[in-house]
Amino acid sequence: MTTDFTPATRFAVPGRIAVSNRAASVWQTATLTEIRRETPHSATFRLAVPDWAGHLPGQHLMLRLTAEDGYVAQRHYSIASAPDDSGHIELTLDQVPGGEVSGWFHTVARPGDTVEVRGPLSGFFAWPGDRPALLLGAGSGVVPLMSMVRHHRARGLAVPLRMLVSARSPEELIYAGELGGETTAVFTRSAPTGLPVGRMAAAHVAPLLAEQPPGGWEAYVCGSNGFAEHASRLLVAAGQPVERIRIERFG
Amino acid sequence: MNVTRGFTGRPRVANPGLPPGQYDAGDDWPVLSAEVTPDLTPADWSFRIDGLVERPHAWDWEQAHALPGSSYAGDIHCVTSWSKFGVRFGGVSLDTFFDVVRPHGSATHALAYSHSGYTTNLPLADLTGGRAWIAWEYDGEPLAPEHGGPARLLVPHLYFWKSAKWIAGITLLDHDEPGFWERNGYHARGNPWEEQRYSGD
Repeated sequence: MTTDFTPATRFAVPGRIAVSNRAASVWQTATLTEIRRETPHSATFRLAVPDWAGHLPGQHLMLRLTAEDGYVAQRHYSIASAPDDSGHIELTLDQVPGGEVSGWFHTVARPGDTVEVRGPLSGFFAWPGDRPALLLGAGSGVVPLMSMVRHHRARGLAVPLRMLVSARSPEELIYAGELGGETTAVFTRSAPTGLPVGRMAAAHVAPLLAEQPPGGWEAYVCGSNGFAEHASRLLVAAGQPVERIRIERFG
Repeated sequence: MNVTRGFTGRPRVANPGLPPGQYDAGDDWPVLSAEVTPDLTPADWSFRIDGLVERPHAWDWEQAHALPGSSYAGDIHCVTSWSKFGVRFGGVSLDTFFDVVRPHGSATHALAYSHSGYTTNLPLADLTGGRAWIAWEYDGEPLAPEHGGPARLLVPHLYFWKSAKWIAGITLLDHDEPGFWERNGYHARGNPWEEQRYSGD
Protein backbone atom coordinates (compact mmCIF):
# COMPACT_ATOMS: atom_id res chain seq x y z
CA MET A 1 0.00 0.00 0.00
CA THR A 2 1.06 3.56 -0.55
CA THR A 3 1.57 5.82 2.43
CA ASP A 4 0.01 8.92 0.90
CA PHE A 5 -3.53 7.63 1.35
CA THR A 6 -6.07 10.27 2.38
CA PRO A 7 -9.41 9.28 3.89
CA ALA A 8 -12.54 10.61 2.28
CA THR A 9 -13.47 12.77 5.26
CA ARG A 10 -16.30 14.56 3.55
CA PHE A 11 -18.74 14.94 6.40
CA ALA A 12 -16.70 16.70 9.07
CA VAL A 13 -19.12 18.95 10.94
CA PRO A 14 -17.56 21.31 13.43
CA GLY A 15 -19.38 22.28 16.63
CA ARG A 16 -21.21 25.58 16.53
CA ILE A 17 -20.09 27.02 19.86
CA ALA A 18 -17.51 26.66 22.57
CA VAL A 19 -18.91 24.82 25.56
CA SER A 20 -18.54 25.78 29.19
CA ASN A 21 -16.94 22.95 31.12
CA ARG A 22 -17.94 24.45 34.43
CA ALA A 23 -21.66 24.49 33.71
CA ALA A 24 -21.54 20.90 32.52
CA SER A 25 -19.80 19.62 35.62
CA VAL A 26 -22.02 21.10 38.35
CA TRP A 27 -25.32 19.53 39.42
CA GLN A 28 -27.95 22.13 40.24
CA THR A 29 -31.29 21.80 41.96
CA ALA A 30 -34.24 22.53 39.67
CA THR A 31 -37.71 23.16 41.10
CA LEU A 32 -40.76 22.19 39.08
CA THR A 33 -43.04 25.20 38.80
CA GLU A 34 -45.58 24.26 36.13
CA ILE A 35 -46.82 21.29 34.10
CA ARG A 36 -48.60 21.86 30.77
CA ARG A 37 -50.08 19.03 28.76
CA GLU A 38 -49.06 19.16 25.09
CA THR A 39 -50.53 15.94 23.65
CA PRO A 40 -52.06 12.76 25.13
CA HIS A 41 -48.52 11.40 25.56
CA SER A 42 -46.38 14.45 26.19
CA ALA A 43 -46.25 17.35 28.60
CA THR A 44 -44.05 20.36 29.23
CA PHE A 45 -42.34 20.70 32.59
CA ARG A 46 -41.21 24.19 33.61
CA LEU A 47 -38.28 24.26 36.01
CA ALA A 48 -36.81 27.08 38.08
CA VAL A 49 -33.01 26.87 37.94
CA PRO A 50 -31.81 30.07 39.62
CA ASP A 51 -28.15 29.67 38.66
CA TRP A 52 -28.78 28.46 35.11
CA ALA A 53 -25.78 29.55 33.01
CA GLY A 54 -27.94 30.10 29.94
CA HIS A 55 -28.11 27.96 26.82
CA LEU A 56 -28.44 28.19 23.09
CA PRO A 57 -31.38 26.71 21.19
CA GLY A 58 -30.72 23.04 20.41
CA GLN A 59 -28.63 22.25 23.48
CA HIS A 60 -29.57 19.57 26.00
CA LEU A 61 -29.00 18.87 29.65
CA MET A 62 -28.56 15.87 31.89
CA LEU A 63 -31.26 15.33 34.50
CA ARG A 64 -31.16 12.96 37.44
CA LEU A 65 -33.62 11.59 39.94
CA THR A 66 -32.51 10.05 43.23
CA ALA A 67 -34.44 7.41 45.19
CA GLU A 68 -34.38 7.17 48.99
CA ASP A 69 -31.86 4.33 48.90
CA GLY A 70 -29.47 6.44 46.81
CA TYR A 71 -30.37 4.81 43.48
CA VAL A 72 -29.92 7.34 40.69
CA ALA A 73 -31.41 7.48 37.19
CA GLN A 74 -30.14 10.07 34.75
CA ARG A 75 -31.15 10.99 31.21
CA HIS A 76 -30.28 13.51 28.52
CA TYR A 77 -33.15 15.82 27.57
CA SER A 78 -33.33 18.56 24.97
CA ILE A 79 -34.24 22.00 26.21
CA ALA A 80 -37.54 23.23 24.76
CA SER A 81 -37.51 26.84 25.87
CA ALA A 82 -35.66 29.65 24.15
CA PRO A 83 -32.83 31.30 26.04
CA ASP A 84 -34.13 34.06 28.30
CA ASP A 85 -33.33 35.63 31.64
CA SER A 86 -36.33 34.21 33.51
CA GLY A 87 -34.27 31.77 35.56
CA HIS A 88 -36.51 29.03 34.17
CA ILE A 89 -36.12 26.37 31.52
CA GLU A 90 -38.68 24.03 29.99
CA LEU A 91 -38.49 20.38 28.99
CA THR A 92 -41.12 18.56 26.96
CA LEU A 93 -41.13 14.85 27.68
CA ASP A 94 -42.90 11.94 26.04
CA GLN A 95 -44.23 9.37 28.43
CA VAL A 96 -42.10 6.41 27.40
CA PRO A 97 -43.71 3.01 28.19
CA GLY A 98 -41.86 1.68 31.23
CA GLY A 99 -39.68 4.81 31.35
CA GLU A 100 -38.49 5.27 34.92
CA VAL A 101 -37.64 8.97 34.54
CA SER A 102 -40.36 10.08 32.10
CA GLY A 103 -42.79 7.88 34.05
CA TRP A 104 -42.00 9.77 37.24
CA PHE A 105 -42.55 13.10 35.50
CA HIS A 106 -45.87 12.05 34.02
CA THR A 107 -47.39 10.23 36.98
CA VAL A 108 -45.77 11.52 40.18
CA ALA A 109 -44.30 14.98 39.61
CA ARG A 110 -46.12 18.08 40.78
CA PRO A 111 -45.11 21.73 41.20
CA GLY A 112 -42.71 22.17 44.10
CA ASP A 113 -40.85 18.92 43.45
CA THR A 114 -37.11 19.16 42.93
CA VAL A 115 -34.81 17.30 40.56
CA GLU A 116 -31.17 17.87 39.60
CA VAL A 117 -29.77 19.07 36.29
CA ARG A 118 -26.36 19.76 34.80
CA GLY A 119 -25.73 21.65 31.61
CA PRO A 120 -26.24 22.98 29.07
CA LEU A 121 -24.35 20.30 27.16
CA SER A 122 -22.87 19.94 23.69
CA GLY A 123 -22.32 22.73 21.22
CA PHE A 124 -22.83 20.53 18.19
CA PHE A 125 -26.60 20.80 17.77
CA ALA A 126 -26.75 24.40 18.99
CA TRP A 127 -28.13 27.13 16.74
CA PRO A 128 -26.90 30.59 17.74
CA GLY A 129 -29.39 32.24 15.36
CA ASP A 130 -26.74 33.23 12.88
CA ARG A 131 -27.17 30.98 9.82
CA PRO A 132 -30.36 30.20 7.87
CA ALA A 133 -31.81 27.10 9.55
CA LEU A 134 -33.77 24.24 8.02
CA LEU A 135 -35.29 22.11 10.79
CA LEU A 136 -36.62 18.57 10.32
CA GLY A 137 -38.19 16.81 13.29
CA ALA A 138 -40.51 13.96 14.15
CA GLY A 139 -42.46 13.26 17.31
CA SER A 140 -40.66 14.68 20.34
CA GLY A 141 -37.75 15.46 17.99
CA VAL A 142 -39.49 18.79 17.54
CA VAL A 143 -38.47 19.82 21.07
CA PRO A 144 -34.95 21.25 20.48
CA LEU A 145 -36.15 22.63 17.13
CA MET A 146 -38.96 24.51 18.89
CA SER A 147 -36.34 26.18 21.05
CA MET A 148 -34.85 27.49 17.81
CA VAL A 149 -38.25 28.62 16.47
CA ARG A 150 -39.05 30.37 19.76
CA HIS A 151 -35.63 32.04 19.80
CA HIS A 152 -36.13 33.20 16.21
CA ARG A 153 -39.46 34.80 17.17
CA ALA A 154 -38.40 36.22 20.52
CA ARG A 155 -35.43 38.00 19.00
CA GLY A 156 -37.25 38.97 15.82
CA LEU A 157 -34.42 37.46 13.79
CA ALA A 158 -34.42 38.15 10.07
CA VAL A 159 -32.34 35.10 9.16
CA PRO A 160 -34.53 32.54 7.31
CA LEU A 161 -35.86 29.61 9.33
CA ARG A 162 -38.16 26.83 8.14
CA MET A 163 -39.38 23.72 9.92
CA LEU A 164 -40.78 20.43 8.66
CA VAL A 165 -42.31 18.38 11.44
CA SER A 166 -43.78 14.90 11.30
CA ALA A 167 -46.44 13.60 13.70
CA ARG A 168 -48.72 10.59 13.72
CA SER A 169 -51.86 12.71 13.89
CA PRO A 170 -52.97 16.27 14.63
CA GLU A 171 -53.61 15.21 18.25
CA GLU A 172 -50.00 13.97 18.54
CA LEU A 173 -48.46 17.14 17.08
CA ILE A 174 -46.52 18.76 19.93
CA TYR A 175 -46.82 22.59 20.10
CA ALA A 176 -49.59 22.46 17.46
CA GLY A 177 -51.11 25.74 18.64
CA GLU A 178 -47.76 27.48 18.57
CA LEU A 179 -46.59 26.55 15.07
CA GLY A 180 -46.74 29.30 12.48
CA GLY A 181 -46.04 30.03 8.86
CA GLU A 182 -42.46 28.82 9.21
CA THR A 183 -43.70 25.27 9.80
CA THR A 184 -45.10 22.55 7.55
CA ALA A 185 -46.60 19.58 9.36
CA VAL A 186 -46.67 16.08 7.88
CA PHE A 187 -49.05 13.46 9.29
CA THR A 188 -48.23 9.76 9.05
CA ARG A 189 -51.42 8.07 10.38
CA SER A 190 -54.29 10.52 10.24
CA ALA A 191 -54.46 14.06 8.97
CA PRO A 192 -56.89 17.00 9.14
CA THR A 193 -59.44 17.07 6.35
CA GLY A 194 -57.85 18.04 3.07
CA LEU A 195 -54.31 17.07 4.02
CA PRO A 196 -52.64 13.88 2.80
CA VAL A 197 -51.50 11.07 5.11
CA GLY A 198 -47.96 9.85 4.56
CA ARG A 199 -44.32 9.92 5.45
CA MET A 200 -42.08 12.96 5.02
CA ALA A 201 -40.96 12.79 1.40
CA ALA A 202 -38.79 14.38 -1.25
CA ALA A 203 -41.75 16.55 -2.24
CA HIS A 204 -41.60 18.24 1.18
CA VAL A 205 -37.84 18.77 1.16
CA ALA A 206 -37.15 19.64 -2.48
CA PRO A 207 -39.00 23.00 -2.52
CA LEU A 208 -37.08 24.18 0.54
CA LEU A 209 -33.76 23.36 -1.08
CA ALA A 210 -34.87 24.87 -4.36
CA GLU A 211 -35.28 28.24 -2.65
CA GLN A 212 -31.99 28.38 -0.79
CA PRO A 213 -31.19 31.54 1.15
CA PRO A 214 -27.82 33.19 0.51
CA GLY A 215 -25.13 30.97 2.04
CA GLY A 216 -27.44 27.94 2.02
CA TRP A 217 -29.20 26.16 4.87
CA GLU A 218 -27.73 24.73 8.03
CA ALA A 219 -29.90 21.61 8.50
CA TYR A 220 -30.87 20.26 11.93
CA VAL A 221 -32.53 16.83 12.09
CA CYS A 222 -33.99 15.44 15.32
CA GLY A 223 -36.03 12.37 16.15
CA SER A 224 -35.75 8.60 16.34
CA ASN A 225 -32.88 6.92 14.54
CA GLY A 226 -35.32 5.65 11.91
CA PHE A 227 -36.56 9.17 11.22
CA ALA A 228 -33.05 10.63 11.32
CA GLU A 229 -31.80 8.13 8.73
CA HIS A 230 -34.83 8.80 6.50
CA ALA A 231 -34.77 12.59 6.81
CA SER A 232 -31.02 12.91 6.36
CA ARG A 233 -31.21 10.81 3.19
CA LEU A 234 -33.96 13.08 1.87
CA LEU A 235 -31.76 16.09 2.51
CA VAL A 236 -28.72 14.55 0.82
CA ALA A 237 -30.80 13.46 -2.16
CA ALA A 238 -32.18 17.00 -2.48
CA GLY A 239 -28.66 18.42 -2.59
CA GLN A 240 -28.01 19.50 1.00
CA PRO A 241 -24.23 19.15 1.69
CA VAL A 242 -23.60 16.37 4.23
CA GLU A 243 -21.23 18.56 6.20
CA ARG A 244 -24.13 20.93 6.86
CA ILE A 245 -26.50 18.35 8.33
CA ARG A 246 -26.51 18.05 12.12
CA ILE A 247 -28.35 15.12 13.64
CA GLU A 248 -29.64 14.54 17.14
CA ARG A 249 -30.95 10.98 17.49
CA PHE A 250 -33.08 10.03 20.47
CA GLY A 251 -32.17 6.76 22.10
CA MET B 1 -28.19 13.35 48.73
CA ASN B 2 -31.04 15.14 47.00
CA VAL B 3 -33.89 12.61 47.15
CA THR B 4 -36.63 13.02 44.54
CA ARG B 5 -40.07 12.76 46.16
CA GLY B 6 -41.91 9.63 45.09
CA PHE B 7 -39.14 8.31 42.84
CA THR B 8 -38.44 4.62 43.24
CA GLY B 9 -36.86 3.70 39.90
CA ARG B 10 -36.44 0.33 38.28
CA PRO B 11 -36.15 -2.80 40.39
CA ARG B 12 -32.62 -3.00 41.81
CA VAL B 13 -30.66 -5.72 40.07
CA ALA B 14 -27.31 -6.63 41.53
CA ASN B 15 -25.14 -6.27 38.44
CA PRO B 16 -21.45 -5.77 39.07
CA GLY B 17 -20.98 -5.19 35.33
CA LEU B 18 -23.10 -2.03 35.35
CA PRO B 19 -21.01 1.15 35.76
CA PRO B 20 -22.40 3.96 37.97
CA GLY B 21 -25.26 5.95 36.48
CA GLN B 22 -25.91 3.41 33.71
CA TYR B 23 -28.95 1.25 32.97
CA ASP B 24 -29.27 -2.02 31.08
CA ALA B 25 -30.70 -1.30 27.61
CA GLY B 26 -31.59 -4.96 27.12
CA ASP B 27 -32.05 -5.83 23.46
CA ASP B 28 -32.00 -2.19 22.33
CA TRP B 29 -28.93 -0.80 20.64
CA PRO B 30 -29.57 2.94 20.24
CA VAL B 31 -27.89 4.78 17.37
CA LEU B 32 -26.57 8.22 18.29
CA SER B 33 -24.22 9.33 15.50
CA ALA B 34 -24.34 13.07 14.90
CA GLU B 35 -23.67 12.92 11.17
CA VAL B 36 -25.26 11.39 8.11
CA THR B 37 -24.56 7.64 7.89
CA PRO B 38 -22.00 7.44 5.06
CA ASP B 39 -22.63 5.38 1.97
CA LEU B 40 -19.49 3.28 2.40
CA THR B 41 -18.98 -0.18 0.89
CA PRO B 42 -16.25 -2.64 1.92
CA ALA B 43 -14.54 -1.85 -1.40
CA ASP B 44 -14.44 1.84 -0.41
CA TRP B 45 -13.18 1.12 3.09
CA SER B 46 -9.57 1.40 4.17
CA PHE B 47 -7.74 1.77 7.45
CA ARG B 48 -4.42 3.50 8.07
CA ILE B 49 -2.10 4.06 11.01
CA ASP B 50 0.36 6.94 10.81
CA GLY B 51 1.96 9.65 12.92
CA LEU B 52 4.61 8.56 15.41
CA VAL B 53 5.21 5.10 13.98
CA GLU B 54 8.20 3.52 12.24
CA ARG B 55 6.27 2.39 9.19
CA PRO B 56 2.95 4.09 8.39
CA HIS B 57 0.71 1.55 6.74
CA ALA B 58 -2.74 1.29 5.18
CA TRP B 59 -4.92 -1.76 4.73
CA ASP B 60 -7.83 -2.25 2.40
CA TRP B 61 -10.75 -4.56 3.20
CA GLU B 62 -9.09 -7.75 1.94
CA GLN B 63 -5.71 -7.01 3.48
CA ALA B 64 -7.29 -6.33 6.86
CA HIS B 65 -9.28 -9.55 6.66
CA ALA B 66 -6.09 -11.51 5.92
CA LEU B 67 -4.82 -10.64 9.41
CA PRO B 68 -5.42 -13.07 12.30
CA GLY B 69 -8.97 -12.68 13.58
CA SER B 70 -9.91 -11.70 17.11
CA SER B 71 -13.23 -11.27 18.86
CA TYR B 72 -14.71 -9.41 21.81
CA ALA B 73 -17.52 -10.80 23.92
CA GLY B 74 -18.67 -8.55 26.75
CA ASP B 75 -20.39 -5.27 27.47
CA ILE B 76 -20.53 -1.75 26.00
CA HIS B 77 -21.43 1.51 27.72
CA CYS B 78 -22.79 4.71 26.14
CA VAL B 79 -22.37 8.11 27.78
CA THR B 80 -26.11 8.75 27.36
CA SER B 81 -26.58 6.17 30.17
CA TRP B 82 -27.38 2.89 28.44
CA SER B 83 -25.20 -0.17 28.70
CA LYS B 84 -25.57 -3.28 26.59
CA PHE B 85 -24.55 -6.66 27.91
CA GLY B 86 -23.24 -9.77 26.23
CA VAL B 87 -22.41 -8.31 22.82
CA ARG B 88 -20.11 -10.13 20.40
CA PHE B 89 -17.89 -8.35 17.89
CA GLY B 90 -15.49 -9.92 15.40
CA GLY B 91 -12.53 -8.30 13.67
CA VAL B 92 -8.82 -7.88 14.31
CA SER B 93 -7.05 -6.75 17.47
CA LEU B 94 -5.43 -3.32 17.14
CA ASP B 95 -2.26 -4.91 18.56
CA THR B 96 -1.96 -6.81 15.28
CA PHE B 97 -2.02 -3.57 13.30
CA PHE B 98 0.41 -1.90 15.70
CA ASP B 99 2.83 -4.83 15.27
CA VAL B 100 3.10 -3.82 11.62
CA VAL B 101 3.56 -0.07 12.05
CA ARG B 102 5.66 -0.18 15.27
CA PRO B 103 4.71 2.87 17.37
CA HIS B 104 7.57 5.14 18.45
CA GLY B 105 8.39 5.25 22.15
CA SER B 106 7.40 8.93 22.07
CA ALA B 107 3.79 8.16 21.09
CA THR B 108 1.41 8.73 24.02
CA HIS B 109 -1.97 9.48 22.45
CA ALA B 110 -4.02 8.58 19.43
CA LEU B 111 -6.50 10.49 17.30
CA ALA B 112 -8.89 8.10 15.58
CA TYR B 113 -10.67 9.43 12.49
CA SER B 114 -13.58 8.13 10.47
CA HIS B 115 -14.53 8.06 6.83
CA SER B 116 -17.31 10.44 7.92
CA GLY B 117 -14.88 13.02 9.29
CA TYR B 118 -15.66 12.12 12.90
CA THR B 119 -12.68 12.11 15.25
CA THR B 120 -12.02 10.96 18.81
CA ASN B 121 -8.90 11.01 20.96
CA LEU B 122 -7.59 8.27 23.25
CA PRO B 123 -4.51 7.53 25.32
CA LEU B 124 -2.43 5.05 23.31
CA ALA B 125 -2.41 2.73 26.34
CA ASP B 126 -6.18 2.28 25.91
CA LEU B 127 -5.68 0.91 22.40
CA THR B 128 -3.05 -1.73 23.21
CA GLY B 129 -2.87 -4.88 25.31
CA GLY B 130 -5.83 -6.70 23.77
CA ARG B 131 -8.39 -4.03 24.71
CA ALA B 132 -9.18 -2.53 21.29
CA TRP B 133 -10.23 -3.89 17.91
CA ILE B 134 -11.15 -3.00 14.36
CA ALA B 135 -14.53 -4.72 14.25
CA TRP B 136 -16.62 -5.66 11.20
CA GLU B 137 -18.90 -8.33 12.60
CA TYR B 138 -21.63 -8.07 15.19
CA ASP B 139 -23.22 -11.22 16.50
CA GLY B 140 -21.70 -13.15 13.58
CA GLU B 141 -23.17 -10.82 10.94
CA PRO B 142 -21.66 -7.93 8.99
CA LEU B 143 -21.74 -4.76 11.09
CA ALA B 144 -24.71 -2.59 10.00
CA PRO B 145 -23.94 0.83 8.46
CA GLU B 146 -25.76 2.76 11.20
CA HIS B 147 -23.59 0.98 13.79
CA GLY B 148 -20.38 1.86 11.94
CA GLY B 149 -20.17 -0.78 9.23
CA PRO B 150 -18.33 -1.84 7.24
CA ALA B 151 -15.87 -1.46 10.15
CA ARG B 152 -15.56 0.52 13.36
CA LEU B 153 -13.08 1.00 16.14
CA LEU B 154 -14.05 -0.95 19.26
CA VAL B 155 -12.74 0.15 22.67
CA PRO B 156 -15.35 -1.38 24.96
CA HIS B 157 -13.77 -0.40 28.29
CA LEU B 158 -14.40 3.29 27.49
CA TYR B 159 -17.69 5.12 26.75
CA PHE B 160 -18.77 4.11 23.29
CA TRP B 161 -18.24 7.48 21.56
CA LYS B 162 -14.55 6.50 21.66
CA SER B 163 -15.34 3.50 19.41
CA ALA B 164 -15.36 5.54 16.20
CA LYS B 165 -17.77 4.29 13.55
CA TRP B 166 -16.62 3.96 9.90
CA ILE B 167 -13.04 3.95 11.12
CA ALA B 168 -10.56 5.29 8.55
CA GLY B 169 -7.37 5.66 10.53
CA ILE B 170 -5.44 6.34 13.69
CA THR B 171 -2.73 8.97 14.04
CA LEU B 172 -0.30 8.50 16.91
CA LEU B 173 0.81 11.68 18.69
CA ASP B 174 3.07 12.72 21.58
CA HIS B 175 0.24 14.84 23.05
CA ASP B 176 -3.52 14.74 23.49
CA GLU B 177 -5.64 16.42 20.82
CA PRO B 178 -9.41 16.63 21.38
CA GLY B 179 -11.71 14.92 18.90
CA PHE B 180 -15.26 15.73 17.83
CA TRP B 181 -17.21 15.24 21.06
CA GLU B 182 -14.22 16.16 23.19
CA ARG B 183 -14.26 19.60 21.55
CA ASN B 184 -17.96 19.72 22.37
CA GLY B 185 -17.54 19.34 26.10
CA TYR B 186 -17.01 15.61 26.53
CA HIS B 187 -14.29 13.99 28.61
CA ALA B 188 -10.81 13.36 27.18
CA ARG B 189 -10.70 9.72 28.36
CA GLY B 190 -14.27 8.59 29.05
CA ASN B 191 -13.86 5.81 31.60
CA PRO B 192 -17.40 4.66 32.51
CA TRP B 193 -16.29 3.25 35.86
CA GLU B 194 -15.20 6.73 36.92
CA GLU B 195 -18.17 8.41 35.20
CA GLN B 196 -15.89 10.53 33.02
CA ARG B 197 -18.75 11.86 30.91
CA TYR B 198 -17.95 15.54 30.55
CA SER B 199 -14.80 17.59 30.63
CA GLY B 200 -14.23 18.36 34.29
CA ASP B 201 -15.73 15.08 35.58
